[in-house]
Amino acid sequence: MFPKLSLRSMFHGAGGGNDIQWCFSQVKGAVDDDVAEADIISTVEFNHSGELLATGDKGGRVVIFQQEQENKIQSHSRGEYNVYSTFQSHEPEFDYLKSLEIEEKINKIRWLPQKNAAQFLLSTNDKTIKLWKISERDKRPEGYNLKEEDGRYRDPTTVTTLRVPVFRPMDLMVEASPRRIFANAHTYHINSISINSDYETYLSADDLRINLWHLEITDRSFNIVDIKPANMEELTEVITAAEFHPNSCNTFVYSSSKGTIRLCDMRASALCDRHSKLFEEPEDPSNRSFFSEIISSISDVKFSHSGRYMMTRDYLSVKIWDLNMENRPVETYQVHEYLRSKLCSLYENDCIFDKFECCWNGSDSVVMTGSYNNFFRMFDRNTKRDITLEASRENNKPRTVLKPRKVCASGKRKKDEISVDSLDFNKKILHTAWHPKENIIAVATTNNLYIFQDKVN
Amino acid sequence: MFARGLKRKCVGHEEDVEGALAGLKTVSSYSLQRQSLLDMSLVKLQLCHMLVEPNLCRSVLIANTVRQIQEEMTQDGTWRAVAPQAAERAPLDRLVSTEILCRAAWGQEGAHPAPGLGDGHTQGPVSDLCPVTSAQAPRHPQSSAWEMDGPRENRGSFHKSLDQIFETLETKNPSCMEELFSDVDSPYYDLDTVLTGMMGGARSGPCEGLEGLAPATPAPSSSCKSDLGELDHVVEILVET
Repeated sequence: MFPKLSLRSMFHGAGGGNDIQWCFSQVKGAVDDDVAEADIISTVEFNHSGELLATGDKGGRVVIFQQEQENKIQSHSRGEYNVYSTFQSHEPEFDYLKSLEIEEKINKIRWLPQKNAAQFLLSTNDKTIKLWKISERDKRPEGYNLKEEDGRYRDPTTVTTLRVPVFRPMDLMVEASPRRIFANAHTYHINSISINSDYETYLSADDLRINLWHLEITDRSFNIVDIKPANMEELTEVITAAEFHPNSCNTFVYSSSKGTIRLCDMRASALCDRHSKLFEEPEDPSNRSFFSEIISSISDVKFSHSGRYMMTRDYLSVKIWDLNMENRPVETYQVHEYLRSKLCSLYENDCIFDKFECCWNGSDSVVMTGSYNNFFRMFDRNTKRDITLEASRENNKPRTVLKPRKVCASGKRKKDEISVDSLDFNKKILHTAWHPKENIIAVATTNNLYIFQDKVN
Repeated sequence: MFARGLKRKCVGHEEDVEGALAGLKTVSSYSLQRQSLLDMSLVKLQLCHMLVEPNLCRSVLIANTVRQIQEEMTQDGTWRAVAPQAAERAPLDRLVSTEILCRAAWGQEGAHPAPGLGDGHTQGPVSDLCPVTSAQAPRHPQSSAWEMDGPRENRGSFHKSLDQIFETLETKNPSCMEELFSDVDSPYYDLDTVLTGMMGGARSGPCEGLEGLAPATPAPSSSCKSDLGELDHVVEILVET
């Protein structure tokens, strides 16, 4: 009846949804500072139940972690995530026409909802999307008539009796096999894939076009958005992200490098070049600079689970939009406003082009996004409180509560604060994911995956 | 990475000569910074082509920034000899003081609002310039834009070389823009061809005008410096502190 407010959280304003205290749970990945390029994590995604957590990396590999079930009864903590399957999803390719390499880096992973014993996910690099089936095998047939146990064929003349092969238990084996390969449909680099709520179709978006696929059909896709100008010299805007509405199977949105979001209805016409709604916030003239357009470019767009809102991430902020209101967002949260005066330097070192993602918690009450110095931020939409936490091996003990961090923008730096000039801009958290049902989050630093969960008493 | 911001005095409040000079310094600092930003952006566009495959979003954003700067400079009428000097003298790390550039552009120079940056506006000034330059462009492949004889010629030649760049970005030669944002049907050109836009698709040697922009290349003739007056010398001191 009465919300549990600990004295500590009242003092420190530890926000994040009913005063959650976030604790370190696990960290995956190499310990040393020397980061192998192939190990750079490029995407993180929980499946629909939250039992599986997939990561993709720059080397084209997918690693899936599975939550252990045993500890649930004890409820000291939620189950740990351990490696369930690892496979090479994409290989580097060479485009002979352009004499350019096609990177094997996994840009996005999206899970399909589970229909049978096997799990399915879509993974994509810049050019090719693949449907993977991940299945378990814990039994194998033994007792063939014509084959020995090791597979060699028996001499038929030695077969004197017949027997029926039986299944015997074996060590669990998890197999990943590519079931569909959706290729040759994208001239530009794929930045998004999104599965429709009909669970039969999905979209893939590159810089200039969005295609609609049927999961069963690989040799054909329908182009539903094309913003390529007839004259490429007139190109001033690209597509940066796209997503299907979670409930409405004819609706999707796509965001642009100019800070606009277009909502399209596929029933309106075959080619959805004309949007049904255009979401754009008028520019604040007092903040205008040469970098205004760059920082307005949207790096990620995500619908809320309810489907009523959508969230966009631009360089400095997170915005929540009500789908019924196009002219401005209903909420805006500043992620790292102290960087506004440093935009020139960030342009120089290319950090201004970093694409941060964002995510909702299961109840749509809290949103999370990453920042620099391995900081990540959470904004509680109800209490309007926010918190900054750090993904660092220093807080290594399980169930250690994370200490909130604070960046000192200017003036005197208080104890425990970090000044803007001390921030490490090579340590960026671009990818985060929130368990669909519980307060468990996965945060990817450059090459490590951190798992945090709320303190369970 | 972060150097100190330049100190800035509000022009309107100073009344003595020193104040006026300070105001002029501010204006010149802004111009210098803006020029450095332009140079840096052009270098970034060049570098785009050396990667695995240019990130189209990044290229578009940088190209739009270049257009914005060019538009504003056209509005100011500041296509001047300051440019090559700055290019030669301002290494990239000098750009870091950011406050000037991160504020509203018109706040610096005394209230003229930046033009609307819709596509319609963007095309305007550039398409005016292009007919002029397309005739000039092939004519002086050898003469460096940065060989300075006097301010008037400087204006023309800087004007010309920047427009060579915009030519590739904007108009006339479709294949050049195609290269910058390359399509599957178009063969890959080396970057110099793309950015010079001088030769219609044929491979050519580096454009000297562009070489002058890249801060890595050694400065052209030292005579560049001598042309500019005392004011810029003062500004130079300010910027270097």
